[in-house]
Amino acid sequence: MPPTIEKLPRLDKVLTGITGLDDITNGGLPKGRPTLIYGGAGSGKTLMGMEFLARGAIQFGEPGVFMSFEESENELITNVASLGFDLKQLIKSKKLFIDYVSIERSEIEETGDYNLDGLFVRLNNAIDTVKAKRVVLDTIEVLFAGLKNEAIIRAELRRLFRWLKDRGVTTVVTGERSSTTGMTRHGLEEYVSDCVIFLDNRIDDELSTRRLRIMKYRGSSHSSNEFPFLIDSKGISLLPVTTLKLEYPVSTERISSGIFKLDEMLGGKGYIRGTSVLVSGMVGTGKTTLAAHLVNSACQRGESCLYYAFEEAPEQIMRNMRSIGIDLEPWVKKGMLHFHAVRVSEQGLEKHLLTILATAEKFNPNIVIIDALSDFVSLGPFNEVRQMALRIVDFFKTKQVTTMFTSMSPGQNLEETGVGLSSAFDTWIHLNNIQGNQERNRTLVIVKSRGMAHSNQVREFVMDSSGVDLVDIYAGQSGAFMGSARVTQMAIDRAADVARAESVTWRERQIKEKRRALESRIAALRAETEAEIKEAEIILSQEHARDKTLIANVRAQGKSRSAKR
Amino acid sequence: MVELKSRRKSHPLSEEKWYLRLYVAGQTPKSLTAFANLKQICEEHLKGKYSIEIIDLLENPKLAKGDQILAIPTLVRRLPPPIKKIIGDLSNSERVLVGLNLYSGKE
Repeated sequence: MPPTIEKLPRLDKVLTGITGLDDITNGGLPKGRPTLIYGGAGSGKTLMGMEFLARGAIQFGEPGVFMSFEESENELITNVASLGFDLKQLIKSKKLFIDYVSIERSEIEETGDYNLDGLFVRLNNAIDTVKAKRVVLDTIEVLFAGLKNEAIIRAELRRLFRWLKDRGVTTVVTGERSSTTGMTRHGLEEYVSDCVIFLDNRIDDELSTRRLRIMKYRGSSHSSNEFPFLIDSKGISLLPVTTLKLEYPVSTERISSGIFKLDEMLGGKGYIRGTSVLVSGMVGTGKTTLAAHLVNSACQRGESCLYYAFEEAPEQIMRNMRSIGIDLEPWVKKGMLHFHAVRVSEQGLEKHLLTILATAEKFNPNIVIIDALSDFVSLGPFNEVRQMALRIVDFFKTKQVTTMFTSMSPGQNLEETGVGLSSAFDTWIHLNNIQGNQERNRTLVIVKSRGMAHSNQVREFVMDSSGVDLVDIYAGQSGAFMGSARVTQMAIDRAADVARAESVTWRERQIKEKRRALESRIAALRAETEAEIKEAEIILSQEHARDKTLIANVRAQGKSRSAKR
Repeated sequence: MVELKSRRKSHPLSEEKWYLRLYVAGQTPKSLTAFANLKQICEEHLKGKYSIEIIDLLENPKLAKGDQILAIPTLVRRLPPPIKKIIGDLSNSERVLVGLNLYSGKE
């Protein structure tokens, strides 16, 4: 923002304390000026006015005056008690003054000139009594019905608003919307020109949604969108989703998915805290099971979980999870796990969104499960469902809450499953059912997971009464196998291994035999040859001996002849 | 209530006591006119059996709530019942008589 803007005198504003309203008005209502809130019957005008006063008195130390032209003091007290405000106490402690102005046209006769000084006196007295800073006039248009002389009323209204400005009180005037002009029935806009807020209670597809829009805010920037709002036991809450920014604390803390093998696949540590996880898959692929594991492990760590069940009753979820060895009931009893079960068709998208956020505010969970996001597709165009998912994700991210959305995918096609939601999620786990060999087998694959090195392997997702496990898909000699095929193939391969091993030893033995045979032949040959040699040597030595004898004989014969030598 | 009404019809100006209140906010010309007009009407139609109380809301602002006063001046017929209110400076005496249920009685 350029510094020059900061230096300009800014419009003073008064915080309403109403959730969300101060965000979209950039700080509340114009201070010391009147604001017009108008809408159809039952659009929440009176409640908004009363909440403005009650919060002003409780949160901001600004006492208020409620001048009611329609409901009596007791009616108001009763009506607002449902929003959690104890008006009686506020009145007792002089923080609130309620003046019920009743005009009974039937008992009033008009003759000649008059003014509305009586109203001024009452208002003045009320403001002085509690030293009010805030005033609500609900609904001043009743004057037009109660009195005949419209010229006087208009002149007096103009005087009244000028007087209120002079007194410096921040005023909220409510007005009834005319169905023909779309503006207030008696043109209150004429008198209140600073800030105009329109409340709408619209019915789309038999579902009603309350919406708020700032029609005008003189001298201030404001959001011009329509904002859905909710009236519940905590008052009005508005969801200024479009003001959510992509600015939130980012964690590096890891939390377990509750399944050891899955943690292993997720970079060895599990999900990252405060991220969003999408679990997609067809019916019966184990989406809820994954969610239950996350919840279970979070509760074991002492964290609190909020489970929005849009498909099944909590009891049913708990029963089903017990069958795979997960008991969620103790967590519910300890108040660590809170189920919020509601039928999707019961309310509109916006209201669901608001309910989700409102219960989250109340429960303040660490983990939020939305089971299942795909249910909302029936409630609105796809784009709106996507918007809603984005809002939920953003909302929880700002609070560092880890969210898991399950989503039923219509087919096996991954892109179809993502339904353009992918970008909203940090981690996307896809579960699949692969049919073959007369059976269906579940598989799990991490399609993506931002900020971690994750496994890209498809694993078999095995569930039984002892829990779930992720088994490596068996990559045998003739392809990948899972389920009973995996078991069979493993046996076949094992048998083949045995056979092969046997044939090897047999060959080895043969070689050994051969070698032994060869060696024995060599030995035999050697023995034979040696025997022959020995024989030859014996013959040879005998020859030598004979030769010697012969020579001796010759010598002896010579001796006997003696002289002849 | 029905009984009262019928009684009033048969004896329109009997011994009934008329108790009137005139609400004003300060001594404005309008309130003075109203008081003068009221006095005249009462003298003419209710002589001897009426009383007028003037309440200045600037002095007693809290009293405005009781009779649900918005407009000034406002004349309230406290008695006889039912309560009737006439707002304005009472310049049209015929309308005042209608408002006070005195008009029919005159016939």
